[in-house]
Amino acid sequence: MTDGAGIDASGASASPAGDVVGGTAPCAVAGGGGSPAAAGPAGHSVPDLDREIMTINIGPHHPATHGVLRLVVDLEGEMVREVRPVIGYVHTGIEKSCEDKSYWKVIPFVERMDYVSYFFQMEAFCGAVERLIDLEIPPRARYLRTLFLELNRIHSHLVWLGTTALDLGAISMLWYCFRERDKILDLFEMATGQRMHTRYFQVGGVIEDIPLGFEAKCRAFAEEMPIRVGQYQDLLDRNEVFLSRTKGTGIVSRERLLELGVTGPLLRAAGDPWDLRKAFDYLVYPELDFKIPVGTVGDNYDRYRVRVAEMVESASIVRQCLDALPDGPFIADDRKYVLPPRSELSTSMESLIHHFKLVTEGYRVPPGEVYYSIEGPRGELGCFVLADGSAKPARVHFRDPSFVNLQSFRDMAVGGYVADMIASLGMLDPILGGVDR
Amino acid sequence: MPDAPGLELIRGEIDRDYPGAVLATSFDRAQAALIVDPERVLEVLRWLAEQPGHRYDFLSSLHAADYLPAEPRFAVHYELINRDRVERIRVKAMLGGGRPAGPVTAGDPPSPATAQGMVPPTAPPPGETEEELPEIDSCVELFPTAHAQEREVFDFFGIVFRGHPNLTRILMPDDYVGWPQRRDFPIGGEPVTFTYSERSYD
Repeated sequence: MTDGAGIDASGASASPAGDVVGGTAPCAVAGGGGSPAAAGPAGHSVPDLDREIMTINIGPHHPATHGVLRLVVDLEGEMVREVRPVIGYVHTGIEKSCEDKSYWKVIPFVERMDYVSYFFQMEAFCGAVERLIDLEIPPRARYLRTLFLELNRIHSHLVWLGTTALDLGAISMLWYCFRERDKILDLFEMATGQRMHTRYFQVGGVIEDIPLGFEAKCRAFAEEMPIRVGQYQDLLDRNEVFLSRTKGTGIVSRERLLELGVTGPLLRAAGDPWDLRKAFDYLVYPELDFKIPVGTVGDNYDRYRVRVAEMVESASIVRQCLDALPDGPFIADDRKYVLPPRSELSTSMESLIHHFKLVTEGYRVPPGEVYYSIEGPRGELGCFVLADGSAKPARVHFRDPSFVNLQSFRDMAVGGYVADMIASLGMLDPILGGVDR
Repeated sequence: MPDAPGLELIRGEIDRDYPGAVLATSFDRAQAALIVDPERVLEVLRWLAEQPGHRYDFLSSLHAADYLPAEPRFAVHYELINRDRVERIRVKAMLGGGRPAGPVTAGDPPSPATAQGMVPPTAPPPGETEEELPEIDSCVELFPTAHAQEREVFDFFGIVFRGHPNLTRILMPDDYVGWPQRRDFPIGGEPVTFTYSERSYD
């Protein structure tokens, strides 16, 4: 994780060392409070060690917080009595900066919010703009987008599984998960030229077609992935350490999760089959055959099982997309919004003009506002775009699932052990780039 | 989504129970929206969430937008979902107020001294009186998920949510001055300052 807070204009991280609750050292013991003090034999005030509440700082730089998240935890012994997540350390004002960019330049910007699910951010933004300008995207582009979204979902869950299992002491899981993650990144690189932050989705479709050989490589990966998931499960499902840290910990009821607006695997682990891919029609999900894994009690183990099962379903979606991938254009043919093919630039004056206009000013979007939400790896990822008729959006807002889901963390952690709190945080899977934006 | 006639039916039903609470409806790009009186937004939200047969009881997103130079310039958007019928509806409360859109605004480019990082922007610019902030009722009791999202709106737009249990800045530092997502707040020119702005968490 990069040291984002150090360059943050907020200055919120620059607390002087030795402060009561500040200090940059992870897990610095900060001081007691609220404990009844008993008089010792010499008349000194001796704190009652059995009942002492100790406030501990975890983060903002701590490997277990999966980003620049700070947890101010009140501990009584090992029990968590209160937890206050403090966020904002990697706030970079992306939403504000987007207001100064023409629409096509916003795409690489929003990718960097939730930096492990960049395809989802692109789809949310491009989908919102396409709804604003009422642009239909061709079938091949819809399939390609779905394909890459699901590859990205596997990628995101692999990062989650590797790092969370690492938090629970299973270091080999990290290597296995990142081995498969690297294969996904290889696929991304093959199709888009970039391993992360690919800028592959464009308003109107995708920037270029998949190259020769991609299909075979992708298919091989999609065939292999369920086997690998089975191997992960063999390592973890009956692992005593893993089970005792996940079974029955961090339970939040389904009703409470709904009150808190929690979506995604966390909600599904509590037994609610709410998945925007099924609920609302977008891309080609209505044409695909896939299941929504749900849990029963909603503990950390269910969250793990739901995500692992989702990886298998996503691999199946990838296979179906490859099977059904139609021929045809990969981007819409509307020259007012879509760049003309490179080959036309030297022969067609009109294409040259369109290209010039699109690259310099960008396209203008008629006034209006759209909220478009998709099922991200962490839940509902919504994008609100307000257009004022100019070539730049007047407002871009992302409803980031991590930001909303983080509110349920207190319910998961309070009353449990501090070790279970770390497990709960891993299973919550917040991406702080998305939380702070 | 309710279709356009469905939206009008919902409006008619709300009008029966709370006459005048809904000011207008809008059906644009297949998205249904009720534009409500900001003073009565809680009535409408509660009706939508609890009315049998409707039950738009899942608040998926709460965000704000600044429509400068329109007046009223702010809007708070509530994106509600009816999970039984799988329908979305947007409730929009337009809020005036804030500073009138004049040439001098809260987000003037920093003075040279500030730009060099010499003076942390902790105090309001001189000659500026206490700012009148737009206000709306908080819906945290109805939708606990709004807690962080209302704080975010307050943080970026300076919209005060009456009755919010802890309305403080959430992403910006506590001692930050200005409302950065407003349209009259300039982009760029923000000096990098390191101020001690930690709250005490005793």
